[in-house]
Amino acid sequence: MRRQLLYLIPAVIFGVIAGNFLWGLISDRDPREIPSVMIDQPVPEFDLEPIEGMAGPGLKSADLTGGQVTLVNFFASWCVPCRAEHPFLIELTRREDIRLVGINYKNEPEEARAWLAQLGNPYAAIGADTTGRVGIDWGVYGLPETFLIDAQGRIRYRHTGVIDAAALNKALQGIGK
Amino acid sequence: MRALLLALALALAAIIAAPAGAVEPDEILDDPVLEARARALSQEIRCLVCQNEPIDSSGADLARDLRILVRERLVAGDSDDQVKDYLAARFGDYVLLDPPMKLTTYALWFGPALILLLGGFGVFRFFSGARRAHVAPAPLSAEERARLERLLDAEAEQDEPGAENR
Repeated sequence: MRRQLLYLIPAVIFGVIAGNFLWGLISDRDPREIPSVMIDQPVPEFDLEPIEGMAGPGLKSADLTGGQVTLVNFFASWCVPCRAEHPFLIELTRREDIRLVGINYKNEPEEARAWLAQLGNPYAAIGADTTGRVGIDWGVYGLPETFLIDAQGRIRYRHTGVIDAAALNKALQGIGK
Repeated sequence: MRALLLALALALAAIIAAPAGAVEPDEILDDPVLEARARALSQEIRCLVCQNEPIDSSGADLARDLRILVRERLVAGDSDDQVKDYLAARFGDYVLLDPPMKLTTYALWFGPALILLLGGFGVFRFFSGARRAHVAPAPLSAEERARLERLLDAEAEQDEPGAENR
């Protein structure tokens, strides 16, 4: 009886491998997505000027520890999917429990200004990352990327690509909201 | 002495310049030793945009930023490992083309050897089992031996009349 059971081993191994492939086919996991190592880390130190020619205080790490849930959205006028998610960001300004701030990533100031003037400015504050160094500190590798920061100033979720209501709800569930 | 140093520097420059990759002239460091280290290190760092190319040969914008960053860290006096740790702290181990050996990557490093060992064990068991069955057949019982003898006797008697045919 013991020996007969041994013959099941190849079938079991096959089952595990086939199950893995099936999961790869039907799950909505994106294999190109790189998991963020910044999750549960405090936001990296940074202090950014506002976009040149725009009023406002800019954005720095201390602004993200103010006891409020904040979305940090990396955007640029040259980023096509950013245009696609923009209406959703505008809609988000109506939510009072979430503050939305932006980091303008490697963008010419006049182009960024024109973009915000044309599509509207959903951000409570914007910092201009002209060199892309702040993006590197956050582990940004493509635009758009959106980070959810909890009230203690820790990064709790990172979304790559166009953010929508479903993605935001998933992020908020993670912090119990 | 000065001529020798110059010749050495030129030879080194030629070695560095040969496989130019995607490194642009304005990125290259003045110090050829540091530049050589930067080039070697850039071969081991993944471009996160193209994903299967080192930043050394990638034309992506982020790859260029990372090449410049690597050079800045080296100029600041970082060791190669410190530069790698700096990048891995931001982008994860994925940024390293050679995955580091740690708890989460043991399966990756030792999995193939383990499978080979298991397979080898299976093959060994299969063949040693077959040979044992071949070498040691069960001995005949007394009854079987008596029957065998009767059969052989009967055959010998049958053969005798045809002896002249041989």
